[in-house]
Amino acid sequence: MRNSFADTFHELGQRDPRLCIVVADISPAGSIQKFRDAFPERFVNTGVAEQVMIGMTAGMAMRGLRPFAYTIATFALYRPFEMVRNDLAYQNLPVTIVGIGGGVAYSVLGGTHHAQEDVAIACGIPNLSVISPCDPLEVEAATRHCAVQTGGPIYMRLGKAGEPVLTRDAPDPFLFGKLRFLRRVPGAETCILAHGGIMRLAQQAADALAERGEPASLVSVHTLKPLDSAGLRAILASYRRVVVIEETSCQNGLGPMVKRIAWDMDADTRLHHFALRDEFTHVHGSHADVLASHGLTLENILAALDQRPAAGRRGRGAP
Amino acid sequence: MLVSDTDTPTASVPPRDGRFDVAAARRRCLELRHRILDLSRNLAAMHIAPAFSCLEMVDAIYFGLMRRDRNGASSDTFILSKGHGCMAQYAVLERLGVLSSEDLELNCKPEGRLGGHPDYGTPGIEASTGSLGHGLAIGLGMAYADKLKREDRRVFVLVGDGEMQEGSVWEALMMAANLGLDNLVCLLDLNDFQGLGRTSETHPHFYPIVDKIAAFGWEVASVDGHDAGALVDAFQSRRGGVPFFVVGRTIKGRGVAFMENVPIWHYRSPDAEEYRIAKAGLREVGSGGGTAPGGGS
Repeated sequence: MRNSFADTFHELGQRDPRLCIVVADISPAGSIQKFRDAFPERFVNTGVAEQVMIGMTAGMAMRGLRPFAYTIATFALYRPFEMVRNDLAYQNLPVTIVGIGGGVAYSVLGGTHHAQEDVAIACGIPNLSVISPCDPLEVEAATRHCAVQTGGPIYMRLGKAGEPVLTRDAPDPFLFGKLRFLRRVPGAETCILAHGGIMRLAQQAADALAERGEPASLVSVHTLKPLDSAGLRAILASYRRVVVIEETSCQNGLGPMVKRIAWDMDADTRLHHFALRDEFTHVHGSHADVLASHGLTLENILAALDQRPAAGRRGRGAP
Repeated sequence: MLVSDTDTPTASVPPRDGRFDVAAARRRCLELRHRILDLSRNLAAMHIAPAFSCLEMVDAIYFGLMRRDRNGASSDTFILSKGHGCMAQYAVLERLGVLSSEDLELNCKPEGRLGGHPDYGTPGIEASTGSLGHGLAIGLGMAYADKLKREDRRVFVLVGDGEMQEGSVWEALMMAANLGLDNLVCLLDLNDFQGLGRTSETHPHFYPIVDKIAAFGWEVASVDGHDAGALVDAFQSRRGGVPFFVVGRTIKGRGVAFMENVPIWHYRSPDAEEYRIAKAGLREVGSGGGTAPGGGS
């Protein structure tokens, strides 16, 4: 994902002199180095100093530039939280905060580098939009949106590197603020919602369900704020079972937001939420190892779905 | 921002020849102190003392440092990072015709548009401050953008001495020098007071402040912060080439004898008798900056 961001930013930056990137001692991935070489003045490294990284992007945006702030997600959002809130969101400035390693992608680096609460924190700030693309193609589309939009600040949550392309054949395009079907199965009883890099696991779950004759639709809810409430209501009204899989704390994130909508519309739908536990893990290993330490494995998801088959929450069978 | 002569007939514009009229500044600041005291009658609590300590500095920035065209417009920017001193800024902006007298009368009222801290989007206010430690980084971003765009603009940021304890200020201080921002000017209201007492007593190793800032790559001057002429002179005689820092030695509550260096006046409005005494005692201030240890001289 970070290389897709870098390639897209480099391409856009060649045409738009307003685009700048401010990093906090993070080695620029891929094409950002090319951007840095070509436009050294539009690449700023504040060093290990995230507060001034965010604060200065506010001043740059006030002067008409389109700055991106870029570092590891925890450092992009947690350390300079008040600068994000006051300088960017309260003043509603078009700055993009790019957080690398959303979720537990920095799996061997420990809890200090795990962004578990970032979606909850970012969604809680008025004016701040939140995008969580699921693959390199969505990163490219999201970056193009961020580069030209004027609606206010955006937190863009990325994974790391090496994520597979999942959306090339999606029936829907990427549109900011709209959920997107990656797989639309007519007559299916189950719809799986996910965002971010864990979409790969969501896709595997959809494949496994299809193999056993329970085909499922698959949706990328890449824009977590503003949430596509109308799109979610339509899904909750159409499917007997809605499954949310996300790499964020179970306390917040997409799952509780979907549940809130389902309650408000009195949806007759069984809801499942698979997310990171409200715990710090001390497991160091592969990304999959750390996800497993939170219970996020394909086996666990399928087992849980087996126990509660699609039936609607009032227990009625499929029509 | 624009100066509108129709809004306020008394609006004052700096002399065209670029010279700063020190005597006029003293008269103006006396009038501004009267105005702020009068406005304090509208509110049970107002940050008077923090405004009085930086009043000459704010006045000098607007009337002596920010360049204006013949219409009074300036492309230079001022950010009051110690946002709780905003009555000084509001009173000056009223004087310039940017804010109306009604704006100031309705300060902190739901039908008005001014609050207890400067709010971005209000005429004349370039950044929302109030939480300390934000203004210098925002100003730094502006100054950097101006460099990128090859625009001849200056950014002035006024910070408080208590505010200097925020780590974010030091991040911005380091970065400004690294970026060579000679179009950025930071002014320090060194009044030696903060929430829990005298800074020189509670945080003695804050000093010597001049040496610290200079070590961070800034050119530093230290002046009597109530001597607007000295402030302007310091700016005009700077060597340049690096960001410029002015330590203004001030007295919190300056101008009202019973408020000077008395912590309770950080956030309190005078009662009727205190108001009468304060008004009767107001005189022109043009010197008398504080003597915080290590503030330089």
